[in-house]
Amino acid sequence: MAFNVIGKTVMKSLFGKPATAMYPVIKNDFYPLTRGAIELDPANCIFCNLCAKRCPTEAIEVSRPDRLWTINRTRCIVCNFCVDVCPRDCLTTVRQYTAPMTDKSAAVITVQGPAKES
Amino acid sequence: MGERTIIPFGPQHPVLPEPLHLDLILEDEKIVGAVPSIGFIHRGLEKLVEKRDFQEMAFVIERICGICSFIHGQGYVQTIEAVMGVEIPERAKYLRSFWGELSRVHSHLLWLGLMADAFGFESLFMHCWRVREKVLDIFEETTGGRVIFSVCKVGGLWKNVDGDTLRRIGGVLKDVDKDIRPLADVFMRDYTVQKRCVGLGVLTKEEAFQLGAVGPMLRASGVAMDARKLGYAAYGNLEFEPVTENAGDCQARIAVRVREIYQALDIMRQCIEKMPGGEVATTVKGNPQGEYLSRLEQPRGEAVYYGKGNGTKYLDRFRVRTPTFANLIPLLHIIPGCDLADVPLLALTIDPCISCTER
Repeated sequence: MAFNVIGKTVMKSLFGKPATAMYPVIKNDFYPLTRGAIELDPANCIFCNLCAKRCPTEAIEVSRPDRLWTINRTRCIVCNFCVDVCPRDCLTTVRQYTAPMTDKSAAVITVQGPAKES
Repeated sequence: MGERTIIPFGPQHPVLPEPLHLDLILEDEKIVGAVPSIGFIHRGLEKLVEKRDFQEMAFVIERICGICSFIHGQGYVQTIEAVMGVEIPERAKYLRSFWGELSRVHSHLLWLGLMADAFGFESLFMHCWRVREKVLDIFEETTGGRVIFSVCKVGGLWKNVDGDTLRRIGGVLKDVDKDIRPLADVFMRDYTVQKRCVGLGVLTKEEAFQLGAVGPMLRASGVAMDARKLGYAAYGNLEFEPVTENAGDCQARIAVRVREIYQALDIMRQCIEKMPGGEVATTVKGNPQGEYLSRLEQPRGEAVYYGKGNGTKYLDRFRVRTPTFANLIPLLHIIPGCDLADVPLLALTIDPCISCTER
């Protein structure tokens, strides 16, 4: 048994650099793979509904006739499955997390696709 | 004999992060019995296998627990792969072992921090979690998530890690090792820790075995049982021996977890050295038909996964037996005879995860 074994560590923290970043002056840097939120590039989307079908939490809804793609950000678990199954690679995972919200309706994001060329 | 009093403990208690409820029967300050009740956070995740296809379920099963999420996902995909007879690439096996061991370091550091907090050593708690941040950063860099990784799929992995990144991570792991040593020294030698933990909640070797204890709880009582020795993932090619202690008390459980962190770091070093090149996923065709039961060593102990497929994309049944469920019975055995003030420490000593247990 020994006394004050943590003393050395305490002295190190007392005179060393802080372990945490000085937020908000220094912002956290995300890694390239960080999964923040799912975004759609409507220009390439064919509204095939595959992402909505494979979503484990049913967070995505696709309306082919209206060319609408809707995601509920609070239901989405950012598992990336939709990004992997998308046949046109128009879904991407952005690194920034969805901002906190007080109104749940703000979580539902709808993207309107361009009108179909006839 | 004093008058008997029943004191409810949990589900909300300052020291317990988990909703475990115990009715403690006291005679003066001594506890003579404990009646547990759980069921506060049942989510019905196992039932979901009937509604989500087997590939999607890998993401759901991972969310059983926020600490051993990777190994839950691994247990599920390993079971389904065995049902379907899928052989995954060697690199995927090594990466699974690597992330599994990284989970072990992160879980044990979290537990050591919580334990330090439980016996009132708050600076030690913060230092443990400071080191754990580095491990979480490695997770974020390699998988994209800090808590839920979503990298396991039936047939391999969603993500690969290149050789340069792995070598750099090897360097970070050396720093983690260096950071842990002074903290481990506090846990193993400091007077306040020893005074609080030595001789508390002793579980003998026979009792631990007969009551079905698993993981560090079992190994701290001297039983060298570790499911990794079954050789799943890449463990068959890695060199390690189960960590055991003989005292069976709280201090022995701390010692097992501290030594398991070093062991996990060593296994990760071996993984980086031995990792073969190539793909990390193989194409899976068809649907699972048949049943399989697999056992994996989670940081908290041995978990059992059972899956039954019926030839469609939905499973008939999936069942998880979590380590906390197995360790609750030994917990009820060590509580009688101790003081009321020791209960939080003893409850923590099994590393309870009630979210896993209830799913």
